[in-house]
Amino acid sequence: MRAVREALAGFRRTPLLCALSIGAVGLSLVILGLFGLVAHNVGGAIGDVERRVEVVGYLLDDAGPEQVRAARRELEALPAVESVRYVSKDEALERARRDLVEFSDVYGELRVNPLPASFHLRLREGFRTPETVSETAGTLAAYPFIEEARFGDEWVERLFALRSAAAAVALALGGGFALVAVLLIVTTVRMAVLARGEEIEIMQIVGAREGYIQRPFLLEGALTGLAGGLLALGVTRLAYVFFPARFAAVESLVWLPHPWTAAGVAAAAALGLLAAAFSVHREVGRAYGPS
Amino acid sequence: MISLRDVSKAYPRSGDALSGVSFRLRKGEFAFLTGPSGAGKSTVLELIHFQTRPTEGEVQVSRYNSRRVRRRDIPALRRRVGFVFQDFKLLERLTAAENVAFALEVIGTPRREIAGRVQRLLSQVGLAARARSRPSELSGGERQRVAVARALATEPRILLADEPTGNLDPDAAGGVFELFRMLNRLGTAVLMATHDADFVCRHAEIRQLELEDGRLVRDSAA
Ligand SMILES: Nc1ncnc2c1ncn2[C@@H]1O[C@H](COP(=O)(O)OP(=O)(O)O)[C@@H](O)[C@H]1O
Ligand SMILES: [Mg+2]
Repeated sequence: MRAVREALAGFRRTPLLCALSIGAVGLSLVILGLFGLVAHNVGGAIGDVERRVEVVGYLLDDAGPEQVRAARRELEALPAVESVRYVSKDEALERARRDLVEFSDVYGELRVNPLPASFHLRLREGFRTPETVSETAGTLAAYPFIEEARFGDEWVERLFALRSAAAAVALALGGGFALVAVLLIVTTVRMAVLARGEEIEIMQIVGAREGYIQRPFLLEGALTGLAGGLLALGVTRLAYVFFPARFAAVESLVWLPHPWTAAGVAAAAALGLLAAAFSVHREVGRAYGPS
Repeated sequence: MISLRDVSKAYPRSGDALSGVSFRLRKGEFAFLTGPSGAGKSTVLELIHFQTRPTEGEVQVSRYNSRRVRRRDIPALRRRVGFVFQDFKLLERLTAAENVAFALEVIGTPRREIAGRVQRLLSQVGLAARARSRPSELSGGERQRVAVARALATEPRILLADEPTGNLDPDAAGGVFELFRMLNRLGTAVLMATHDADFVCRHAEIRQLELEDGRLVRDSAA
């Protein structure tokens, strides 16, 4: 009770510094929150795309069935390969007729099938990296009866690069602001301690316990962090509500899972508490320490 | 109750504040700690209050020893050892009663007991009538009495006073000193630092520990 009252008195004493601290905590978490929101929504899509990453090899028409069967067995045995699908010339034509309706007439009139047979390789999870993809394509292209091996090389790489770049930027920005937030909270708490220097000295002289003296300051730090965390949650939520309206292409955004938001707000409070503990130990702890 | 054994205290820059100081103060005893400014009087009191630790030797206060004391035991020790300063260290925005209540509150006295105990403590130092006055409305002597009442809030067995009459006119100083004598008769040990030689001379019956340049040069009881 007393600790709460005094922590709140701390806010009243240095409102600007407190607001800055809350803002910094909030900003660092908004950045992470927005990234989280995007990542969570795009994550599903990326997963889908990754799963569909295929390496395709087109066979020469004179490839013998025995050669094809042997090659298939070898390909299936590769550690990176999840499945190998063989599409014969007939199947390819059949599919082309079905998928490309506007050309169905053209295909319908053909007397010779111009489409090649093909191998479609899917990679196992964990092997869907640009390196493995191009390596597997190389292996496939090395068979003499394979005319050409293809994969969505450029965009696969771009997809991966984009995601890691976005994560790096979000972490760097979020981390940077978190650091600023910590420094501001350390300063806020130091100001609060200095403002109460006389009282603290008397408490130490008459024998108040260390925890009793420190509690209001720790609480002030934790509340600052908590307020920043809630601020970030609010701003992220606003972004979530207004973003789809402006970008019609995204039909429905999914809100972050509750454990994520709860962890974010808790982390903010913990950050505030730690910053305050650091500061209060430096400022108040001396009187009890050995010297 | 208090014993210093070969205590030395060195500060990083200013060198030795105390060198090889030894003495004991018994339960219920009264002693002056004298010596010129800079002799080490405050340092001795701070060591007994565990505000600082000896560089060499050891300080023992009831069951607390400077070599072995744990950080978390220091508050309990300080509740047994009251401390009074030359400059009172009262909170200006609080009344006399609130200053005393503050001490009771921060050591965890149940709320309903506080008002009664404040009144008793202020009566004990002869200030019941000034309970609602702020320090700025009190004389120096009265302020020091409030400080003594606050120091007594924890019911200490020992009272340390660092030049408690240094800021007072002779009348007020005499009054505060009589207050210490009275508390001493009631059983509290008192160690009072002062550099007022006249004062000490007039009370030759009281034990005197004299410091000079960080050394104990005289102990009238020895
Ligand atoms: N915190 C400190 N840091 C450095 N030197 C100190 C400190 N406290 C006291 N001293 C030095 O120790 C010596 C004794 O000081 P003190 O105990 O205050 O003497 P007194 O109370 O008798 O005037 C002085 O030389 C003083 O400068
Ligand atoms: Mg002194």
